[in-house]
Amino acid sequence: MKAAVVVFPGSNCDRDCRVAIERSTGADVAMVWHQETALPAGLDLIVLPGGFAFGDYLRAGAMAALSPVMAEVRAAALRGVPVAGVCNGFQILCEAGLLPGALLRNADLKYVCKPVVLEVANLQTRFTAAFGDRREAIMTIGNGEGNYFADEETLDRLEGEGRVAFRYRDNPNGSARAIAGIVSEAGNILGVMPHPDRAFEDDLGSADGALVFKSVMASA
Amino acid sequence: MKATVHVFLKPGVLDVQGKAVENALHGLGWAGVANVRMGRAIEFDLSATDKTAAEAEVTAMCQRLLANPVIEGYRVEVG
Repeated sequence: MKAAVVVFPGSNCDRDCRVAIERSTGADVAMVWHQETALPAGLDLIVLPGGFAFGDYLRAGAMAALSPVMAEVRAAALRGVPVAGVCNGFQILCEAGLLPGALLRNADLKYVCKPVVLEVANLQTRFTAAFGDRREAIMTIGNGEGNYFADEETLDRLEGEGRVAFRYRDNPNGSARAIAGIVSEAGNILGVMPHPDRAFEDDLGSADGALVFKSVMASA
Repeated sequence: MKATVHVFLKPGVLDVQGKAVENALHGLGWAGVANVRMGRAIEFDLSATDKTAAEAEVTAMCQRLLANPVIEGYRVEVG
């Protein structure tokens, strides 16, 4: 099993992601600088980590979406390689057009950093299968722009197609329909604001995030 | 040629910064203020000499990078 974590200037959860994937799944994790024009061969998972890539200049994720490595990430995603964007990574995937919608400034303008209770809204996705029949998960959020927005038609489609993977029980940032995580139409791209990489063993307060990585690797 | 791009959240997208500024203005006594929208202005020099071509070029920049069409609208001025 092999995973890659993309590192942008300003990423700050890249090493968390690496350790989380290693300890949850035993996979080998390669760190890939954003200037790279090739990804390692045979990847079972690509992670875009949290942080403040390019200082969130212009819009969170806007510059990172144009990094050279993103052409490779896009190509891999189209081939069906699982891609997970966490927090800033979710923002980057939206800016890159790989996921619908956008992440707006939080409704109360505050940066929110705390554990949140999530509903696992679809247990059948490639990123949630390991939850079994567990409908609830606890992970930590840490964002100022986590307020998921999409037009009503897109939201209806996401819900209708079972593409809402996670939902906040108690909406912390004004996200449309309390959406915390979505998957792409083909199901191999996940965008999630809460951090599975900060919840992968009990000492961190929750090990539920490990199930996200385990889910992907189980289908590898 | 000088280009100025104004980027604003689309109508219907909640502008929480605008709302906060509006509340602050109300707090200062300007009760008549409504619908505050916060945006950004981006200025730059452009080597193009033809105004129509320059407008088309800057519009393409807005679509590719300067604005996010999912949530933002933009206005282009060149001259």
